[in-house]
Amino acid sequence: MRCRKCHGTATVEIRRHHTAFCSEHFLEFFERQVARAIEEERMLTHRDRVLVAVSGGKDSLALWDVLRRLGYDATGMYINLGIGEYSRESQRKTVAYAEAHGAELLIVDIPGQYGMSVEEFARATGRVSCSACGLSKRYLFNRVALEHGFGVVATGHNLDDEAAVLLGNLLHWQTEYLARQAPVLRSAHPHQVTKVKPFYRIAERETAAYAIVRGIDYIVDECPNSVGARSLLYKEALNLLEQAAPGTKQSLYWGFLERGRPLVRAQDGATLRDCVHCGQPTTGEVCAFCRMTERAAERMRVRRMRTPASPPVSPEPAPGVPAAAGAAPPDR
Amino acid sequence: MRVLIRHQRREVEVAGRRRVREVLQELGINPESVLVIRGSQLLTHDAQVGDDETIELRPVVSGGHA
Repeated sequence: MRCRKCHGTATVEIRRHHTAFCSEHFLEFFERQVARAIEEERMLTHRDRVLVAVSGGKDSLALWDVLRRLGYDATGMYINLGIGEYSRESQRKTVAYAEAHGAELLIVDIPGQYGMSVEEFARATGRVSCSACGLSKRYLFNRVALEHGFGVVATGHNLDDEAAVLLGNLLHWQTEYLARQAPVLRSAHPHQVTKVKPFYRIAERETAAYAIVRGIDYIVDECPNSVGARSLLYKEALNLLEQAAPGTKQSLYWGFLERGRPLVRAQDGATLRDCVHCGQPTTGEVCAFCRMTERAAERMRVRRMRTPASPPVSPEPAPGVPAAAGAAPPDR
Repeated sequence: MRVLIRHQRREVEVAGRRRVREVLQELGINPESVLVIRGSQLLTHDAQVGDDETIELRPVVSGGHA
């Protein structure tokens, strides 16, 4: 197979575009796709300070890398979820990337700050781990972004992630979630930052290829809690379809954005207010994160009969990595 | 050839000089779900792999999002 641009040996085939590229021209294609997504959806400007949610995996490290190459002011934020060796290894990879590239990185340590891991949050509140984890990440990215003066949070969600979420929401006709699924979620409250997904045009296979071609050392092993996750089942189903009919995932998600979403947008009428405990935006009186952590802490108190107070810990810069200017500790 | 199947943490031998597509088919792996690496080089599905070579199948599917 030959590169479409230079006719050299191709290394990455992109079946949904009926094309293939050598490594050099694949990088060019990839960066152009990201730049186009950012411009078409008006995600970022070069004046914005963007906080990149970095997990140590291929998507988020690739996103951080490409945003910096495209000239954006991108700081990383890593959340240590307290998931044993998986968390330790993913933090090591993230810190190593930051140090090697002189990139700014903020680290939030959930067990250090809240006295327990996301798995313990999940166990204590009857949630599945992925739910407690997702809730914690969404909450902390918004909160830390606000506290550090970032107007935008960027995540590495790719076309496969979005198509799988869409399939799940369609299978269960979750119209509220459908209304909120988009490459850009603009701030709807003074305490809410805008969230953007610059990889929504790019398949998961391509983000992995970008990381490998760029020589980015990412954590390949999956989170141990994701075994059996429904999202992986949806991805497997979509990959079966994609194999038989290239372009299926793109057609599903882009078609939804163009034709499906306008039909369900009217459903998204929730009004946001300040959480009475932490001030973060919520539709109720107390936000879901405060409810979860308070319930988990109460369970822990009952179990141990006595719980030492956990000191508030602000996001800390990685060793040897400069912190973002104007750091303010969280008020919890 | 030696095939390292990273996500299944196993190694298998596949006999003879084969195209990547044939190797994946023989192992029952959906080509959409992996990248194929020889040394530090990515391979397309039509690439030939010699009997004495080693390739890695690197999973690309990650998930577990809420």
